[in-house]
Amino acid sequence: MTARPNEPERYYNYAYLDEQTKRMIRRAILKALAIPGYQAPFGSREMPVPYGWGTGGIQLTAAIIGPDDVYKCIDQGADDTTNAVSIRRFFAQVADVATTEDTGEATIIQTRHRIPEKGLTEGQVLIFQVPQPEPLRGLEARETETRAMHAYEEYGLQYVSLYESVSTHGYIASTVGYPTMIEERYLMSPSPIPKFDNPKMGDNPAILLFGAGREKRIYAVPPYTNVRSLDFEDHPFETQTWEEDCALCGATESYLDEVVLDDSGDRMFVCSDSNFCADRRAAGHAGPMAGHQLAALDKEPA
Amino acid sequence: MDAVVMTKPRASGMTQVAPLLRVTDLTKSYGHVVGCRNVSFELRPGEVVGIVGESGSGKTTLLNAISGKLPPTAGKVEFDTSRFGLTDIYGLNEPDRRRMQREEWGFVHQNPRDGLRMRVSGGANVAEPLMNIGDRHYGRMRAATIAWLDRVELDTRRIDDKPRNFSGGMQQRIQVARNLIHGPRLVFMDEPTGGLDVSVQARLLDLLRELVRDLNLAVIIVTHDMAVARLMADRLLVMKSGFVVETGLTDQVLDDPQHPYTQLLVSSVLQI
Amino acid sequence: MSNLPLIVVDDLAKTFVLHNADSAQIPVFERLTLEVGPGECVVLAGESGVGKSTLMRSIYGNYLPTQGSVRVLHDGEYVDITQALPHQVLDVRRRTLGYVSQFLRVIPRISTLHLVMEPLLENGVATEEARARAETLLSALRLPRAHWDLPPATFSGGEQQRVNIARSFIRNYPVMLLDEPTASLDAENRAIVVTLIKEALGRGAAMIGIFHDHDVRDAVATRLFGVSEFKAAA
Repeated sequence: MTARPNEPERYYNYAYLDEQTKRMIRRAILKALAIPGYQAPFGSREMPVPYGWGTGGIQLTAAIIGPDDVYKCIDQGADDTTNAVSIRRFFAQVADVATTEDTGEATIIQTRHRIPEKGLTEGQVLIFQVPQPEPLRGLEARETETRAMHAYEEYGLQYVSLYESVSTHGYIASTVGYPTMIEERYLMSPSPIPKFDNPKMGDNPAILLFGAGREKRIYAVPPYTNVRSLDFEDHPFETQTWEEDCALCGATESYLDEVVLDDSGDRMFVCSDSNFCADRRAAGHAGPMAGHQLAALDKEPA
Repeated sequence: MDAVVMTKPRASGMTQVAPLLRVTDLTKSYGHVVGCRNVSFELRPGEVVGIVGESGSGKTTLLNAISGKLPPTAGKVEFDTSRFGLTDIYGLNEPDRRRMQREEWGFVHQNPRDGLRMRVSGGANVAEPLMNIGDRHYGRMRAATIAWLDRVELDTRRIDDKPRNFSGGMQQRIQVARNLIHGPRLVFMDEPTGGLDVSVQARLLDLLRELVRDLNLAVIIVTHDMAVARLMADRLLVMKSGFVVETGLTDQVLDDPQHPYTQLLVSSVLQI
Repeated sequence: MSNLPLIVVDDLAKTFVLHNADSAQIPVFERLTLEVGPGECVVLAGESGVGKSTLMRSIYGNYLPTQGSVRVLHDGEYVDITQALPHQVLDVRRRTLGYVSQFLRVIPRISTLHLVMEPLLENGVATEEARARAETLLSALRLPRAHWDLPPATFSGGEQQRVNIARSFIRNYPVMLLDEPTASLDAENRAIVVTLIKEALGRGAAMIGIFHDHDVRDAVATRLFGVSEFKAAA
């Protein structure tokens, strides 16, 4: 895939944000990297998309992207959803960058709700879009109080949500946004990724950046950082598993989406990571429904 | 035999027990308005002190200043902390003070909404203090919660119901269990039976009385109700306009009040 | 057993001041002095209103004397009730100084049996032992067994009085104050109370009592004490 040619006339600053704003965001990023898991405040700007559509992630990308970068954007693991396509086109236009769907090829990957299946490498940056950066918010509404709790490492309250889950379901049932402890110091929301992805955050060679545009917070997990998912001694942390394999590529170890096919209840399970699935099929792997028409949609619409 | 005559007990106690709490010249003003002024007293382990007086007399200001919620304008609040011994709580740094508060104190509010998390179940409300002091074993906490719900006479099958599904008296019981489960040494109570029907109130008071005796708790209870004060408190502080005007053994203060205001207060109680 | 007096009342005065009635002063007694030794039962004499109950309550710490001291032998040391801190007074009351009033202060919802056991429980006696002793005493006082699990709020005056007596005699208090303990009792129950009092005196308890019933008074009194001799000038 090639970058879009530069526009003859540019109506925006490079990468959309003005240079002062980008410097401010970079300072917040450095602070966040220096204190892994700590929510650094930043002056979030109005973006040309509404809050909730990835304004935090877009600002992070805009602050660190350069013309030599290769940019990938995924939404729920897929490169081909409307939002991912739009944001990718946005940066191709305002930052003159090459874009890609290939996880290995990208230098910056912006994501909503997933971590790619393919292992990341040193030099890559994974940018998460975060709706609510405060893991304690659902239990404690006061910002002054949650800040004090982080400052003094008072994290007993977070276990209340796990307790509720065990008493209702018999096990810790929360599956997304599963709270994590960073370097045994800061409690951190991993953003609404499935807990399946939580173990990928620990000891990751890539830089993980989290941006919450509406809530005006940036936090980070630097490379090779200890990330522990909270649990009880008698109810240890577990990730999701599926009885099915991916219907298209036959993968057994990936995160699967359930797709309803028709009104009669037929369904299939396919990899949520579309690039991972396509790569496997290209390498000759096949699942029970290989060749299904859904496979044809994996390419980016023109 | 050496008979020691007690003439100045304030200088030499009979059975010298170190105070659990020592309040010295505590003053809290809001600008020109005095919340409470020059309040001094000591509390020993297992002692129940009642703070009585009418609305606006400074009871709640005093309770909040003692319990670490409201920094005083002047004076000291010293507590016999397990980590530092007898220490001015406002001299502790904030994390140490908060830790002491959650590990060694309880606070029962008049309105259960102020003392409970309404969005999580009654059981989780009761178990939370255990998590706050570091318990990470679900089964153990669950068992302790059930035992406490039983102890405050709640139906343990309703452990997972939200507080809003309980009656006012039951919510208060949840609050009591939540404030005792972690084994505090000092519990503050702000009109704990204030919003309840008389019959519900009597049963809750009876329960509180029993728990206080069984656990040898030290309690500071604020109430405007003389009957509650008589039933719960070993001794009383009578407040008026921010001052403590009279203090003494509960039955002595109520049966032979010395200060004009206390005489008025006691004689104003309806007899049944 | 030592023969030290268990109660020493010295130069005691009590005047009530009613601040909300033009600071009216109601003097009751002054310069009152009294000692009670082991095995003694001093019965306060004098007509109604002379200050017998006021004296009892001043000794118990319920009323605050205007002057003087009330010393009670507690743990081998004299404690001045008029000066002691509240927790010290409560400790004296819990372990040394028993009080039988005319009226039972009813606590909502607490069963009769539990109420009687309470003084033992407060002193660390095991529940089973406390229950056994409470049952023995309630049986002796002929309170119907059907009543034991009920709170005494709705009992008759005589029944409440017996609960009160059981509650006070369940422990062997070294010092006891008896304020008309037999007022609402019939002859048979009065006789039982007399037996209880004599047993306590036999153990060396010191007692101060008010009895309107002459039979009871004559049966238990070791001497009479005229409160009116100390009547304060109005």
